[in-house]
Amino acid sequence: MAFRIWRFAAPQVFYPIAGKMIPWFMAVAAVLAALGLYIGFFVAPTDFQQGEAYRIIFIHVPAAWMSMFIYLVMAFWCAVGLVLNTRLSFMMALALAPTGALMTFIALWTGSLWGRPTWGTWWVWDARLTSELILLFLYIGFLSLHAAIDDVRRADKAASLLALVGAVNVPIIYFSVQWWNTLHQGASVSLTRAPSMATTMLAGMLLMALAAWAYSIAASFMRVRSIILERESDADWVRNLSEVKSP
Amino acid sequence: MIWGSASEFFAMGGYALYVWGSYAVTSVVLAAELWLLARRRRTLLARLGRSLNAARNPSQ
Repeated sequence: MAFRIWRFAAPQVFYPIAGKMIPWFMAVAAVLAALGLYIGFFVAPTDFQQGEAYRIIFIHVPAAWMSMFIYLVMAFWCAVGLVLNTRLSFMMALALAPTGALMTFIALWTGSLWGRPTWGTWWVWDARLTSELILLFLYIGFLSLHAAIDDVRRADKAASLLALVGAVNVPIIYFSVQWWNTLHQGASVSLTRAPSMATTMLAGMLLMALAAWAYSIAASFMRVRSIILERESDADWVRNLSEVKSP
Repeated sequence: MIWGSASEFFAMGGYALYVWGSYAVTSVVLAAELWLLARRRRTLLARLGRSLNAARNPSQ
């Protein structure tokens, strides 16, 4: 094996690498968000149906995408942890959950503020909105269950099982607008056909989506570094870290 | 330029509450997350540093 990827599964190897990558991901997030907001507010035209209200899209859609994608990544690390019993996998899953919950909250909040002027209501119990709310409860449930069990290994395993069972909700969210007759509109962007929106609107939205990716990676790396230090606080490599010796 | 003036921009065609309400809450929530992450790391490093010192100088 020329390239041993498993080496990076060791917390003491991953900790400094993540530390070096955080500023880069944050910088990329800031630059992409600045570009995306500029295009979104100063280049993209007014929507002929929704007026300026549609400009919520530049945070709503990226946040909604991230809320689902982070859950899938979290469930993936839970599965890896359960099968291979790797410590870092569980730590990564635990680090992703709060950021995922945050993205879900932002998607729900901006959706509500968008629904009021366009649908005439802040909230409706339709399939898309309800399944996204369930996603928020799944994140909160994952974190609460983990916090409720004192033994970290048992907490990891129990919360991971919950995360895996809950993963079935993600395709339900994604396809809800096709499976049920929802108030929420269908996908504006899909892999199988041309997007149904102006090019500049799409460009702004995709830039914001990439910014949300970079931000989420940076935030979860920041969190996983704290989790690593908490769990490995008795290890020699932690004691020898310069930031621990002279905080 | 699609806006005639700054006030036109901030008015968002009458949708100011909805558009700026979305952006304001998103900024606050993201800033809060970053602040909490930085605080968690700060307090953790301080705690680890203290326990390291206590282990090295048991007499104090």
